[in-house]
Amino acid sequence: MTTEAATLDLPVAQGDEDRYRLRLGPQHPATHGVLRVDLELDGETILDCVPQVGYLHRGFEKLAEHRTYAQNLVLTDRLDYIAAMANNVGYCEAVEKLLAIEVPERAQFLRVMVCEMSRISSHLLWLATHALDIGAMTVFLYCFREREVLLELFAELCGARLTTTYTRLGGVRQDVSHAIMMKLERFVDAFPACIEEYETLIDTNRIWLKRTIGVGRVSAEKAVDLCLTGASLRGSGVDYDIRKHRPYAAYDQMEFEIPLGETGDTYARYRCRMEELRQSNYILKQCIEKLPPGPILGSDAPDLVMPAKPGRKVEVETPARSDLIKLIEDRDVYMEGDVYVATEVPKGELGFYFISDSMGRPYRMHIRSPSFLHIGALASLGRGVMIADLIAIIGTLDVVLGECDR
Amino acid sequence: MGKMNNNLVRIEEGVSFIPGASAIVAPLNKLINWGRAGSIWPATFGLACCAIEMMAAGAATNDLDRFGIIFRASPRQADCLILAGTITKKMAPVVRRVFDQMPEPRYVIAMGSCACTGGLFDTYAVVQGADEFLPVDVYIPGCPPRPEALLEGLMKLQEKIMQEQGRWSQFV
Amino acid sequence: MEPIRIAEEIEKKFPCSVLGICEHKGQVSVVVDRSDIVAMCQFLKSGHKMNHLNCLCGVDNLTRKGKYIERFEVIYQLYSIENHISLRLKAQIRDSAHPIIDSITSLWTGADWLERETYDLVGIMFNNHPNLKRILTPEDWQGHPLRKDYVLRGDTEWQGLEELKEKSRKLRRFDFHSAHVKQGAASDDD
Repeated sequence: MTTEAATLDLPVAQGDEDRYRLRLGPQHPATHGVLRVDLELDGETILDCVPQVGYLHRGFEKLAEHRTYAQNLVLTDRLDYIAAMANNVGYCEAVEKLLAIEVPERAQFLRVMVCEMSRISSHLLWLATHALDIGAMTVFLYCFREREVLLELFAELCGARLTTTYTRLGGVRQDVSHAIMMKLERFVDAFPACIEEYETLIDTNRIWLKRTIGVGRVSAEKAVDLCLTGASLRGSGVDYDIRKHRPYAAYDQMEFEIPLGETGDTYARYRCRMEELRQSNYILKQCIEKLPPGPILGSDAPDLVMPAKPGRKVEVETPARSDLIKLIEDRDVYMEGDVYVATEVPKGELGFYFISDSMGRPYRMHIRSPSFLHIGALASLGRGVMIADLIAIIGTLDVVLGECDR
Repeated sequence: MGKMNNNLVRIEEGVSFIPGASAIVAPLNKLINWGRAGSIWPATFGLACCAIEMMAAGAATNDLDRFGIIFRASPRQADCLILAGTITKKMAPVVRRVFDQMPEPRYVIAMGSCACTGGLFDTYAVVQGADEFLPVDVYIPGCPPRPEALLEGLMKLQEKIMQEQGRWSQFV
Repeated sequence: MEPIRIAEEIEKKFPCSVLGICEHKGQVSVVVDRSDIVAMCQFLKSGHKMNHLNCLCGVDNLTRKGKYIERFEVIYQLYSIENHISLRLKAQIRDSAHPIIDSITSLWTGADWLERETYDLVGIMFNNHPNLKRILTPEDWQGHPLRKDYVLRGDTEWQGLEELKEKSRKLRRFDFHSAHVKQGAASDDD
């Protein structure tokens, strides 16, 4: 047993031969990607739980240092690929703060709109896979039905279903057409009934209740201590939502509530996210009603978007004197400075920390990803529970590995 | 025997039907390939972004089941590995191990730019293409490819399987 | 209380280790020496209810010049959920050969992984960290990718990948088709 454990490079327990070591993942259908969890078991009870990440570490932060601010936007799609729109917005908000770019009002509303659309699609995927892990297959099919509508709307809006790159520094890429708005309106009208449909599937399901109530309980202090954010934190009753705390885009003009849980268990987090679906739908409704006319790209922004003349080449390899840098020379990217800007993505708090120097590209870009910290919390949440509950806990934390490993 | 030959109903090249006997006469190659192409069982192995589109392809709208494609959770039961996403260097040995666990006949589909060539991640951490350490049968470009593109890739694989010769015995 | 007031309070309380206070785009950061970082975080956490650790990351300042800037830097972004204010601490580490700083895992359990990540990518060590191991890159990785002298594609190939390529080259012989063809040719290629 010892030698076998050694070849799998698992930690070998000293002296206790009854313990059983199990490596869950990285290829496992219930780990939501390439997460590996090393477990030490007594029967089916987990004595020790060590999550291992990095299987999707692609070097975003290093890559970002070699590209300009406008180019890095593409990378953010691949962070949390379930809600790429929210990442785009988060990145643009941060860079706009750093470079002091104004965003016109219509673009801000459109950003809120796509953010909430991606929140709905992300929560739907979470519900689908979470329910699938716990054993409710039907929910998966229902959720994908609505998700597909949203993805097709994204495709109509910007040409891609997942990796959208919809926002631009200083605005958004494309204006919404009448047809899109009509389709979205139809979706918004129909969606509350769909939420009820999901709830009829699982809310009274005895298995669902037994598998979620009391499982993975986190107290409010513990949740803050573990640096949890998003619905995972609010399920424990901590009122922290960046959309309310530090409103960005047009969130200050929206009316919505932040659903809070009390018990901090898997069921409370499930309820929180279901309420968030309703609130997002409500925000979408307001966006459709209030969407102001006007430009979608700031007048001082286009130089950052694309070189104006089609034949013009953008030099990437020679940073200091390239055309693109010249274009943004007036801005204070030359200023020594740093900003940290966080936005509320479906998973939690997505923060970008930038240090700029005189190169016209980030000197350092750090991405504070919620999933990374959520998986970090798994070590303490997973101790002492059964293996089946661990799967429920992985589901309820709502992690995506692309964002975790970066 | 000679009389029987006269009654054979030819279905297609080399495949005939014997009326009244409910029997089909065909080369074993064709029958096996037909069976394989109609029941590709991929291993559920999502790596990154493309896995979400793979899931979308499996869900109701696109419905992979109608091609006989059913996702299997264990590589031991699977005969196709869809590499859906970026393969990092840390992940590469695991991918290879999953592939090694699959029984013959096995096929590999590289889905998305990252699995094909490394995509936009030309960095220290990413393998520049799955074919560095795996025999890839079908490449599907796109970042990520739409579910329809995955469907086409799977059909290309079916075509490839249909053209195989003797992949069922060492002694042919 | 305004973040700038809190910054001044820190300066008053830790006069020896505060190097300076700067404000950029309305965000206040306190540049400090590494020595009192745990006490400072503790002071902010208990005294000013800055209970949420937004972000912790390391920076390699090899090619960046500026006031107070040392080779290595660790950034702590703190936020008070109750009072809605945030403050940034920038701890400077002078020792460029063996950068080391005290761990704040005793204050936030969540800092554990953030510090491991900082160690992995930037190569800054943390005193009193319970499990300071590589997290994102494989354990036998060479170098720290986010250092400025590390090239984007890496200087040397990771041993594990070399071994994998070698393994896959060897296993190719047992591939169904090649095994089949080889039988006819009755030869081994080694």
